[in-house]
Amino acid sequence: MMTSDKKSFWQKIHIDPLFMLFITLLLGYSLYILWSASGQDIGMMERRVGQIVLGFSVMIILAQFSPRTYETWAPYLYIVCIVILFAVDLFGYASKGAQRWLDLGFIRFQPSEIAKIAVPLMVAKFINRDGCPPPLKTILLTLVIIGVPTLLVAMQPDLGTSILIAMSGIFIIFLAGINWKFILLAIVLIGAFVPIMWFFLMHDYQRERVLTLFNPERDPLGTGYHILQSKTAIGSGGIWGKGWLEGTQSQLEFLPERHTDFIFSVIAEEFGFIGSIILLLLFLFLIGRGLIIAAQAQTTFGRVLCGGLILVFFVYVFINIGMVSGILPVVGVPLPLISYGGSSLVVLMAGFGIMMSIHTHRYMLSKNI
Amino acid sequence: MIIIVLVMVLLANLADLQISNFSYYSTKSNNNRIEIIPIPPSRGMIYDRNGTPLAINNTTYQLNVIPDKIKNLNEQFAALKKIVDLTDEDIENFQKERRNYKAHRPVPLKDNLTTKEIARFVVDQHRFPFVSITGTLHRYYPYGASLTHIIGYVSKINSQDKQRLEDEGKSSYYVGTANIGKMGIERFYEDVLHGLPGYEEVEVNSRGRIVRQLNQHSPQAGEDIYLSINLKLQLYIEQLLAGRKAAVVALDPNNGEILALVSSPSYDPNPFVGGISSTTYNGLLNDPDKPLFNRVLLGAYPPASTVKPYISVAALSEGVVTPKSVVYDPGWWQLPGTDKRYRDWLRWGHGRVDVLKAIEESVDTYFYQVAYDMGIDRLSQWMNKFGYGERTGIDISPSEETRGVMPTREWKKQRHKKSWLQGDTIPVGIGQGYWTATPMQMAKALTILINDGKVYTPHFLLYKKSDILNSELPPAPRDPHVEDNSLVDVNPMYWKIAKEGMHRVLFGVRGTARKIYADAKYQAAGKSGTSQVYGLKQDEVYNAHKVPEHLRDHALFVAFAPYDKPTIALAIVLENGGGGSSNGGAMARKILDYYLLGDDSTELPDVNPNTGHED
Repeated sequence: MMTSDKKSFWQKIHIDPLFMLFITLLLGYSLYILWSASGQDIGMMERRVGQIVLGFSVMIILAQFSPRTYETWAPYLYIVCIVILFAVDLFGYASKGAQRWLDLGFIRFQPSEIAKIAVPLMVAKFINRDGCPPPLKTILLTLVIIGVPTLLVAMQPDLGTSILIAMSGIFIIFLAGINWKFILLAIVLIGAFVPIMWFFLMHDYQRERVLTLFNPERDPLGTGYHILQSKTAIGSGGIWGKGWLEGTQSQLEFLPERHTDFIFSVIAEEFGFIGSIILLLLFLFLIGRGLIIAAQAQTTFGRVLCGGLILVFFVYVFINIGMVSGILPVVGVPLPLISYGGSSLVVLMAGFGIMMSIHTHRYMLSKNI
Repeated sequence: MIIIVLVMVLLANLADLQISNFSYYSTKSNNNRIEIIPIPPSRGMIYDRNGTPLAINNTTYQLNVIPDKIKNLNEQFAALKKIVDLTDEDIENFQKERRNYKAHRPVPLKDNLTTKEIARFVVDQHRFPFVSITGTLHRYYPYGASLTHIIGYVSKINSQDKQRLEDEGKSSYYVGTANIGKMGIERFYEDVLHGLPGYEEVEVNSRGRIVRQLNQHSPQAGEDIYLSINLKLQLYIEQLLAGRKAAVVALDPNNGEILALVSSPSYDPNPFVGGISSTTYNGLLNDPDKPLFNRVLLGAYPPASTVKPYISVAALSEGVVTPKSVVYDPGWWQLPGTDKRYRDWLRWGHGRVDVLKAIEESVDTYFYQVAYDMGIDRLSQWMNKFGYGERTGIDISPSEETRGVMPTREWKKQRHKKSWLQGDTIPVGIGQGYWTATPMQMAKALTILINDGKVYTPHFLLYKKSDILNSELPPAPRDPHVEDNSLVDVNPMYWKIAKEGMHRVLFGVRGTARKIYADAKYQAAGKSGTSQVYGLKQDEVYNAHKVPEHLRDHALFVAFAPYDKPTIALAIVLENGGGGSSNGGAMARKILDYYLLGDDSTELPDVNPNTGHED
């Protein structure tokens, strides 16, 4: 009786309890490590709790709308997003040498974050139009849809986010099912694109970062400093870690941006290999549940969207951990759900909200039809 | 599938970092945060015999910058210039210095901050996260130039010092120490004064700020030392010599303690401590009065007639003369077998002269004969026993003291590539010719005479702090160092004769300095000397008016008092000071009055240095 009551309760608020559990555990982990990573900054903790509450609210609210609504509104959201990205490039607020923030006076946010939701929504809708697998013309048009916001974000310049936006769209094309020939072609094109990107699109500091990845010692006090300090933090954590609040690299500020991009290094230093495995397992459970949700989706739109969102989520995790542990270049990608930062969390939770909506509206959907 | 593979990649990499390379990164992390900071010991202080501090440690404040944490150093310097008086030279030195420092460590930018500068910086400190102020102990010599020729100074450890410390295995004592004793007492007693460094193990954050101390091993402070210097006497003599080129040393004949040592002019040692500017240093170096030159220990002057009492003792002991033997002085002495005549300072001669009169009236011809009879070998040997031609053994580095020259046949052959002539021996009899000696040697020889041949090594060190820790105040003076010397076998009567002769110099009816001591309230003994800078031709008359000042004779005087139980022995050299007995004697009288009677107002007839060549 209890279970059926509970089920109906979760059903009523359109939330998948298992998915919710993994999100909550990860957010709890994030609060726990933030107390250490912030240098015991109570103000930062309060703001983080605020972010989480806002994130949950956004997720629950978005879960209430039916997937059809998203399908309908996707093009409008996409257009608004493009307009705002233009605005940022034009009037952008300089922050760390890059224009990423739009200041509306009462609120400051990163419009590129919106693109992370708008682009997959738009692509999922567009590719779904002509059935699966999509014809070549559709794929090419889709690539344009992906390319415009990607370039706009890359011009900010925010290489990390632009890659993620591109991936969020491309994953959906793949999930929609395309010919292996196209996949090969894509790989060749990307291969051709890398040198173009290197010589024409990348800024000096970005090239520096890539070079530093291959040889961090070449500039131990400049660009390589971050990677070296981060690797030192992770490596010195050992199996069991130095203990909560005891990480010397993080507490003594040798670690750069320890509460945002490099928060994983704090976890690895203070909780060791074990703590890192626990974190990765939580991520795997969440992704696994997300993939099941995608598989159970009844429409192509729902399936490709859920799959795309969860795959991008995984890419976040992989790029961030790869970058702080020195196997990928340093691009400004936070660790999803764990890093401190409002925009990124809200957008993630929005994505999860849409996934919840797709998952919990499937029977209704069939009933309605 | 792909996800699992990629997660495996991540895990493998993490395992590689955290498990395989744990110890490498662990060490790296510790190197990041743990600094071993040497704590230099505080240097021992130097006091005079009455406990007045002569060399102390003051706290000075310096500005430090961590250069590799600052993106735009020039901008930072420009901002700092508004707060502290930062010169381009400071910045230049800073750029040179920083190479010697580890990454993320503060490098000194400016020394000797004023309280105003410190206050201004502290108010604005938040603007300069990588700039800090530290206090360090700095050597300070409160009496400035007055004691430089005794105490010397400390200054920056240079590459030569580093090499020497390394050779002696002492370099680990100097980590964190900037300065080392370069001259004088500071140099000689470096090992006593320096102490042993400690260290602290601290945890630092990425800005190089110390977060907490993990461990501390306290340094062992250097020992305080007390010198035999009587500061009041030292300052009094310094003031007497003001404006002259001169050297005075005063010893306690009972033990060889140095009561005062003045070499005039002197220089302020304090600028050397923080690093002297080249202009100031070149100014000192090129000063024609040579303030850097320690005349007491490095000035080699012909000891002139001051040696006559010692030569008398030697001649009496060798039987060359007897207490009763008499020679006739016509005003000159002729080298037998030649027509070369040696003049007496008194043109018309002293008439019949015995050994007492020879000392009292400083009869040159008497000693020409003695020198002729003794020969250079015996003369040299005897004078060696009085310390001439030898270092005095004083507690100052041997490189800061000259042996002077007590000429021998071998010496001349080596030095001048010529053999010794009989004519060379004769002026040695009156302390001239090739013979040169330092004022310190003259003072030591005098104490040997006072003590009837017993030799006390002149020294500054009265006692160390550790000597008084276990005993009552005042501590017993250290046992004076007595040197082996065959002079103790000399017939006591000869000592008596020599001293009586010196007594008569001051108090005899015809004593050369009798006018100056006529009203003295104590008995004393002394001997003047006038060493020629300018060689007179045989029949030329010395006329001070015609001789430029720097070629005028040096006035010498040695004296001791009270006569029956001496407590002070003096040697005085006034460069280009004219007649020894008038000028040197007057100076000695003032010093003795001050020391024995506490009278610093002795007024004496001011003797014109130009009055002539009396001796």
